[in-house]
Amino acid sequence: MTTDETTASAETTTAPAPQASAIAHALASSERPARPSALSTSVTFGWRALLKIKHVPEQLFDVTVFPVIMTLLFTYLFGGAIAGSVSAYIAYIAPGVLVQSVLFITMYTGTTLRTDIDKGVFDRFRSLPIWRPSPLVGMLLGDAVRFIVASIVTSIVCLAIGWRPAGGVVGVVLGVALLLVFAFSLGWIWTFLSLILRTPGSIMGVASFVLMPLLFGSNIFVDPATMPGWLQAWVNVNPVSDLVTGVRALMNGEQIGSELAITLGWSAALVAVFGSLTMWKYRDPR
Amino acid sequence: MAELAIETAGLVKTYGDTRAVDGIDLAIARGGVHGFLGPNGAGKTTAIRMLATLIRPDAGEARVLGYDIRTQSDEVRSRVALTGQFASVDEDLTGAENLRLIAKLYGFTPKAAMRRSAELLEAFGLAEAADRQVKKYSGGMRRRIDIAASIVVTPDLLFLDEPTTGLDPRSRNEVWDIIRAMVAYGTTVMLTTQYLDEADQLADKISVIDNGKIIAEGTATELKASVGSGMLHVRVMHRADREAAREILLRELHVEVDTPADPQALTASIEDRGRVTRALTELDAAGIGLAQFSLGQPTLDEVFLSLTGKPAEATEEEAA
Repeated sequence: MTTDETTASAETTTAPAPQASAIAHALASSERPARPSALSTSVTFGWRALLKIKHVPEQLFDVTVFPVIMTLLFTYLFGGAIAGSVSAYIAYIAPGVLVQSVLFITMYTGTTLRTDIDKGVFDRFRSLPIWRPSPLVGMLLGDAVRFIVASIVTSIVCLAIGWRPAGGVVGVVLGVALLLVFAFSLGWIWTFLSLILRTPGSIMGVASFVLMPLLFGSNIFVDPATMPGWLQAWVNVNPVSDLVTGVRALMNGEQIGSELAITLGWSAALVAVFGSLTMWKYRDPR
Repeated sequence: MAELAIETAGLVKTYGDTRAVDGIDLAIARGGVHGFLGPNGAGKTTAIRMLATLIRPDAGEARVLGYDIRTQSDEVRSRVALTGQFASVDEDLTGAENLRLIAKLYGFTPKAAMRRSAELLEAFGLAEAADRQVKKYSGGMRRRIDIAASIVVTPDLLFLDEPTTGLDPRSRNEVWDIIRAMVAYGTTVMLTTQYLDEADQLADKISVIDNGKIIAEGTATELKASVGSGMLHVRVMHRADREAAREILLRELHVEVDTPADPQALTASIEDRGRVTRALTELDAAGIGLAQFSLGQPTLDEVFLSLTGKPAEATEEEAA
């Protein structure tokens, strides 16, 4: 009965309507493939992030415009005062401003996740029989694309105003790779925040509060030797300082020292601590 | 199938001081539609989210399709699907992309995912909208893509959280037809709703929930019997006739007949529908002209009034 009625109404109306017989067929013809691997589902979620960039290209605005402004502002604002000239400062600031641009935009990971959760689509993901962290891992993988865009834009601006890295293309790529590893790990702090805070605005607030001392209390802009002792103490333990020193070494074609191990160690620790906290909260979010 | 679809004992979820779900015992058989009827904030969504393993219960036991929701959540997740109260698809993606995404997450190859997505879009009347972003869909289309996403791999049990809230009557009928088609195929559906007529149309059995507790259970007929068959609304043509009409109704219906503020109106809560026809004949025989003579279904309000002694009202927002 239902089948006949539905088919009839589909024929008499112009707008397409669901068809009971076709739905019954679709239910019956469903296959049940083997459960995909954790990597496969994570990559699929990365694909989702890329589709979102395709449909909403405005979300690349922050990763393109922000790094340009940062680079130009800091180079021309501080260049003369700190190093005597822009051209002398650019070699020091370029790797640092790259790190700053990318780490700063990692916090959008948290606001994006919060928006996703509020819209209900995460309920769907969480009700699927998949490796549980994969929506989050996939999201961070998709963000890596945004970070790469930001890195390329920043590099081009720096090159345009006179940056000539001694490490060449290989050195710059290696430096960016190290930066991406750290950015991916830092992202877990923001995913955790997005699960315990209720609004995108509050996540931005807390994230800025965390990022300010990390980014400005570092060796990104000036040599720590000029700072008072208490600030030097902080800058020296700040993991961003080690990251910047490492990235600088790679881009300048110098031998990278203990900074590599320290940065990778911090990255592993961030994933271990905030990844676990995130997954703990993710199982039963408010 | 000996196993029940859903079996719970003393299920509790607390948010702060609020006991959103306050000790629910359920035994729901496989097949057909089980309705979860209650006002906003009654705890329907919270209960369903626990059963779909989205949130963890604070106390109590629950087995879904024979699997423990705490210790065997993976087994539960691979056999159930959930269509939430709010669009549980990605609004930025197109309808086709959403279905392909879900199919890939279930392990379909890209090609098989494409095929499955096309098949479902066609079946749900969304083929033309396949390449449009879901945010541009109408309310009815959004519900359909939502349900389509839930059956990319046919679930044994489907949770539908208020599937027709906010839909126009036509879209609502379409969703009802979809649910009937799924039940005909053999899927068990657990449906939450605020509308008695929806539960009446679809559900084989209904649990009425209020303040996190189940306050009544049974078929739609049984629930209505507990309330009476409904409300009779009569309006006489001339107000002078009202008293005469009231006496006839009193005599024929054997229930109290109220006289509302409207000087031409009479209302009565009736238990036996058979008497209503006789009352109508008697009114006609007495030559009383009628402007209205209608028998309404008991509303959710009337059910609640009868079951709890207070009207159904949204006490607070449904806990997320």
